[in-house]
Order: sequence, then C-alpha cells, then structure tokens
Amino acid sequence: MPLPDPEKLVRAMAEEMRGKIAPDAALVGIYTGGAWIAERLHRALGLGGPLGFLAVTLYRDDFGRIGLHRESRRSQIPFTVDGREVVLVDDVLHTGRTIRAALNELFDFGRPSAVRLAVLAQRRGRELPIAPDFLGELIEVAGDEDLVLSNDNGKLRLAAVKRP
Amino acid sequence: MSHASLQVGPDGRLKHLLTTEGLPAELVRRILDAADQFVSVSERDVKKVPILRGKSIFNVFFEGSTRTRTTFEIAAKRLSADVINLNVGVSSTSKGETLLDTVYNLQAMDADMFVVRHSQSGAAHLIARHVKPGVAVINAGDGRHAHPTQGLLDMYTIRHYKKDFSALTVAIVGDVLHSRVARSQIHALKTLGVPEVRVIAPKTLLPAAVERLGVRVFNDMAAGLRDCDVVIMLRLQNERMNGALLPSSGEFFKCYGLTAEKLARAKPDAIVMHPGPMNRGIEIDSPVADGRQSVILPQVTFGIAVRMAVMSMLGSA
Repeated sequence: MPLPDPEKLVRAMAEEMRGKIAPDAALVGIYTGGAWIAERLHRALGLGGPLGFLAVTLYRDDFGRIGLHRESRRSQIPFTVDGREVVLVDDVLHTGRTIRAALNELFDFGRPSAVRLAVLAQRRGRELPIAPDFLGELIEVAGDEDLVLSNDNGKLRLAAVKRP
Repeated sequence: MSHASLQVGPDGRLKHLLTTEGLPAELVRRILDAADQFVSVSERDVKKVPILRGKSIFNVFFEGSTRTRTTFEIAAKRLSADVINLNVGVSSTSKGETLLDTVYNLQAMDADMFVVRHSQSGAAHLIARHVKPGVAVINAGDGRHAHPTQGLLDMYTIRHYKKDFSALTVAIVGDVLHSRVARSQIHALKTLGVPEVRVIAPKTLLPAAVERLGVRVFNDMAAGLRDCDVVIMLRLQNERMNGALLPSSGEFFKCYGLTAEKLARAKPDAIVMHPGPMNRGIEIDSPVADGRQSVILPQVTFGIAVRMAVMSMLGSA
C-alpha cells in the first residue's frame, strides 16, 4: 500500500489548525523531521512570530542505554516561552517518548500557557499518555519496520523501512 | 594494560579519561563536538539537562585545587548528577590509609564516577585499573604527568577561534618541566594534526628529550613566538620547584614573561591562552592578560562544557 504524500497531509493539517491555535502561538519543531513539518506549517498558516526547534538528545530516557548521540543541531527557542501557546511539531508519533523529552526540555525554557501537539503520522505503540491534537494520518506499518520521513531537496517522502 | 586500552573500550567508547596521549583523534573530535551542545546549555536560563540524573560523582582531590574541583562540580551539576566533594589530602591518607583502600571505600558508597587529582603521576591509572566495571575515572591532574580535561578544553578553545588545526603554529611557553598541562596539550595538538608545536623555555625548565614529543624547542622567546597563531603561557609552578632552577622570578619575566612587545612577534590575530591561575608580572604582563588577544576567561567557560561532554560520554558506559 503506498504511503500518503506528506506535503498533502501538511496542507490538510494547516487547514485543521487554522482558528484552533492562538494567533500568537509559536510552533516548535523537533529535529529532524519535525523541523521540516514545522517550517511548512508555519508558512501555510502565515504565522508572524519566530519558529523554535528542539534537539531532545540531552533529555531522552534511553541515554544510559544508547549513549550520547553525535548531534550537531542545537535547540533554539528564539522567543519567550512564558505565557505563550506552543505547538510541538513532530513527524512520527510512536511510543511518545520523544514528546515526553521535548516537553521536559520546553519547560526548561519557561512556562507556556498551553502546549498542543501536531504530528504528521501516528503509528500504534504508544507507551505514554500522549496523543496528538492535530494529526495528519494514522499509518500502520509492520512491527519490524520504522516509519521514516525523508527530505530529498525539499521534497518530503514517507517510507516504511525495515529495522536493521 | 596500556593507557589506550584502559581508557578506550574495544567498541571505541570512552571508559575512563586518563591522558590525551594515545587518545584517538576521532574520539577527541567527538568530545569537542559534544562540548558544542553543552556550551549552548550553559547559555540558557535553566543551565541543566537531566542526562546524569541519579548518578553519583565523587570529586576525590588528594591534592588541593579549589578552582579545578569547582569546574568539575559545576559540570556534574549541570548534568543533574549528585556531586560529593572529598578533600582526601587532609583526611584518610593522613591517617595511613592507602590510595586503593580509600577508593574501595568510596566505591562501596556506590560511586558511578571518580574525578581524581593526585600529586603522584599515575594515581588515576592505578585507580582506573581497580574500580568495578562501569565505574569511570577522570584524571583531574596527576603529578607532572597529565591533565587531560585541561588539554581538551584548550583544544576546544583553539578550534573555536581558529577553526582548523591543520595550518597552525602553536607555542607553549614557560615551565614545561613541571607542567602536566603542557604534556596533555602537546599530545592533543599532535593528535589533531597541528603541524608545528613549539615549546619555549629555559633549559632548566624543559624535560629531558622533550623533542621526542614532536615539538620544536626554543630557548629564545622572541624567535619562538615568530608567526605563531596560538600562544599558551604556563604558570610558573613555584610550589613545585625543588632547588634553584631560576635566578629569580623577575629575571624569568624579563626573558619569558609575555609582554605586548614580545606578543607583537606572533601573528596579529594570535590568541593568548593560560590555564590559570595566572601569576601576573611573572609569566604574563597584565595588559596582555586583559588585552584583546587574551582568551583566558573564555577558556574557563569552555572548560565547563568540555567537562560536561567527557562526563556525559563516560556516564553512558
């Protein structure tokens, strides 16, 4: 079964979000895939304020098991988080652990008035009580596959990739 | 067991940090890259990340050094570890306990990491050989031998200002004989491919056969500083001097103290470094220490990030 076109899903998500998020809400993309989605949503929604990005490696709960990743990207939150509505944006929601790490990191920057979650794709396997407020599509892949978003010169593509 | 296999596991991971000698270039670069992330953490309002939460780090200083101990403590706290400071020099060893007994006792308190300073060369290696698997040791200075985190933070500082190591001329000036910092710097500079490392010192303050480390030796400072990109001044270690190696500190300043006039021999954009604490008016003149080429205070800031990087890599072992 062919997977949906991410660009189409993003346009549909933007339509769904319009009017449902605060006019001064700030989007925060989680590296890597979430950042691409956040940039597109930001453009589609015509938001004026700056975009934020999170590299959650230092907040992950599997640090002790997999060690320190080589991570060249840094978290950038170029606005005041206090009192602002923040929309966390990620590409794939699976277990929910990345979002947990992102929430912890976000709260180290301040106290947002509310946090929403927008994800391009969700697959079964949640391990935490974390669910999206805005979802592109629920996608099923086999248990030994990862749902991977790639960016080929600005063209996004979803693929199911067998885990090595 | 060699240094290399003691501090780097078969999988290439860092197990202990004991010396920069033999530390693979790839691992040095990984430490510097990781430090980049931690510099940005230290610039935030909440200067803390949770990655070493629940870990106990023991600062075990058999030789006093408030400043070094403090930078390790800050680094550990910014990683959310629990830090226990032990000034062992004034407690157990004076009661006759051996070094290893002290360590076994601390290990029984479930330490995850030891940061060790000792006046004897090789003390951290000895401890690393005897701790349980999974317990990491960081050498925070052993005798005249090594001070690897200082060496690495100096590499971070040089990379920050000069970007590329492959065309640099670096001079290390002063009391090389007593300096574990100089040894750690020289090994790291050679590993990272710096083509010319110079040491500038009077003969009495140079170790025998220092050339074997791959450095060019200068006894004349004016000649040695010519066209340097980086000038690293060492502290004159008065407390380590046995006997009269120097006529006087005033004489030393005249020949080897860094003044604006001498610094003018180096490249105009040369940076001036010093591991601290400085002896103003002995190895470095105040206007140079506070001048536009000085990066001595950024070294301190970067030092915390580099120690965070080392601790986080060891903490995941």
